[in-house]
Amino acid sequence: MSDHAAVVIGAGHAGLAASHFLGKSSIDHVVLERGTVANSWRRERWDSLRLLTPNWLSRLPGHLYAGADPDGYMTAGEVADHIDGFAAASAAPVRTGVTVTSVRRTDDGYDVVTDEGVLRARTVVLATGACNRPSVPAFAAGVPGSLLQLTPFDYRSPDALPGGRVLVVGASATGVQIAAEIRRSGRPVTLSVGEHTRLPRTYRDRDVLWWMEASGLWDQRYDEVEDLERARRLPSPQLVGTPERATLDLNALSDLGVDLVGRWSAVRDGTALFSGGLRNVFALADLKQQRLLDGFDAWADDGARERPEPTRAPATSRLQLDLKYGEVDAIVWATGYRPDYGWLDVPVVDEKGRLRHDGGVVDSPGLYALGLPVLRRRKSTFIHGIEDDAREVVEHLVDHLRTPTSGR
Amino acid sequence: MTVTSDNGVNVQALLDAREALKGAPEAAQFTWRATSQWQNGVHTQIKVQPFFGLGEEQSHKAEHVFDADHPAVFAAEDNGITPIEYLLVGLSSCLSAGVASVAQNRGIQLRSVEATVEGNHDIRGILGADSDVRNGFNDVKVSFKIDADASPQEIEALVAQSQKRSAVFDALTNPTDVTVEVV
Ligand SMILES: Cc1cc2nc3c(=O)[nH]c(=O)nc-3n(C[C@H](O)[C@H](O)[C@H](O)COP(=O)(O)OP(=O)(O)OC[C@H]3O[C@@H](n4cnc5c(N)ncnc54)[C@H](O)[C@@H]3O)c2cc1C
Repeated sequence: MSDHAAVVIGAGHAGLAASHFLGKSSIDHVVLERGTVANSWRRERWDSLRLLTPNWLSRLPGHLYAGADPDGYMTAGEVADHIDGFAAASAAPVRTGVTVTSVRRTDDGYDVVTDEGVLRARTVVLATGACNRPSVPAFAAGVPGSLLQLTPFDYRSPDALPGGRVLVVGASATGVQIAAEIRRSGRPVTLSVGEHTRLPRTYRDRDVLWWMEASGLWDQRYDEVEDLERARRLPSPQLVGTPERATLDLNALSDLGVDLVGRWSAVRDGTALFSGGLRNVFALADLKQQRLLDGFDAWADDGARERPEPTRAPATSRLQLDLKYGEVDAIVWATGYRPDYGWLDVPVVDEKGRLRHDGGVVDSPGLYALGLPVLRRRKSTFIHGIEDDAREVVEHLVDHLRTPTSGR
Repeated sequence: MTVTSDNGVNVQALLDAREALKGAPEAAQFTWRATSQWQNGVHTQIKVQPFFGLGEEQSHKAEHVFDADHPAVFAAEDNGITPIEYLLVGLSSCLSAGVASVAQNRGIQLRSVEATVEGNHDIRGILGADSDVRNGFNDVKVSFKIDADASPQEIEALVAQSQKRSAVFDALTNPTDVTVEVV
């Protein structure tokens, strides 16, 4: 006999959304969380972080933003409170401080092994997050030990950095936000830029994410996306949530005095070598932004249009930086995040560490996932994107529970 | 989608190969080779024919012979272009092939694709006249003139995508581990 019809692992917004719909279907379940509710917003974010999605958009199933500033952007602490409120409103059966150390297949479901014993479950929902570990390129091993190296999980604020030049690697949301903040603290900053997603904060007087939502782009389903693999690898947009609603693209960073260099491609004899292909990553991002705005204009169909100026290429960009002799004091690796499935003892993870699933239905009966990039829609990893995904994944789970134990 | 354009690129074969090689990374390992014979002075002759790929030895249908030398201003015989000019040959042909392939894949008919490539080179480096000057190009500029059934924005996207997928663009813009030995 199983202890529960469903065990949900992780009490971030994704796990809690699963719980919300399981509760509505009266499915007996428990949510296991190694830390506290909204753990990653409490422990894995830097001090100044605010959501890049506006408050009005940060809705969870049955739990809307009710504050006074719908166009503002929550701090990490406010997000944690918002998610706490959601857990309370849906009376989610969360057990905090329980770490799952293994999930194994059994005849009629799964053994969920925790540091507080084993739970048997007919179904399991993996809601452990897509960003459990910072990913750092292998050549980081060649960086001289004298340099301070931080990931976004260790970085809290510029205060902990030495006074000299900081090399920020990666120009997605995390990298541009951290580079700007460090530059504003007075330190010289070099930003290494690979392929990126450029977006203006506002377009035609509205938050650009209003356009993403209103035009229906974010609702595009995973089975309608032309190149799903590429969509799932898309870097996060260069956006920051500030009261001024300022754009934080590479032109804004150049204006702040951040030096832009190409993609960091190797370390040789203690020297960082950057790609000379910087102009092309600018061109790719500018063209992608243009196509997106063209799409918004076509949808609005009112003849109006606005075009941000192209990304300005620096007259010269450095191709190398000597890391040995004090040219750089610290490195911040904003090179992305990856999930950690080290504890998942079901053979559903591919050679690149990605879960094999079809719209959250994992390649093992009764196993489900939520909160992964373009899981079922383009909006899947965003807070407001969880509702539709969780509803549909839980529907599938409920169907699975209704079928006889032996079959699928 | 109906593809009416024909740039002479067998895109279907390339797309099929991409799918087939996803599951067979070994077959995707190619080794390109050239052998050279010093002639006289700064003149070298290079021959290219065999290569390795898809798990076995392969061959161009004929041997291709290239001469590299230096022009008269270098007090040489000018039996062929300079070695560094071969990099320009590689870059422009690689990007042009990329433009044609991407255009084919996007259903864009090309009428002409012309590229001018310029590599700026301070030869004080190779002459050892100034140790602060590098040996290679200071910078390289490629200018495309493209006549096609496409908007200016689509043409820019072709050129951007061809750089993104270009072997020679990557080899020139990123460092490569090079071993030179005496056998
Ligand atoms: C820096 C950053 C900024 C972001 N900004 C935004 C934004 O502005 N707007 C937006 O909509 N989205 C944003 N996101 C994306 C997304 O909303 C967050 O990643 C969010 O935390 C994902 O929620 P989740 O529930 O899927 O995963 P998480 O919030 O990571 O929750 C997973 C939970 O599982 C727990 N867990 C993991 N492993 C185990 C285990 N073995 N046993 C028990 N418990 C376990 C963790 O402790 C955690 O609490 C951002 C993400 C990052 C990384």
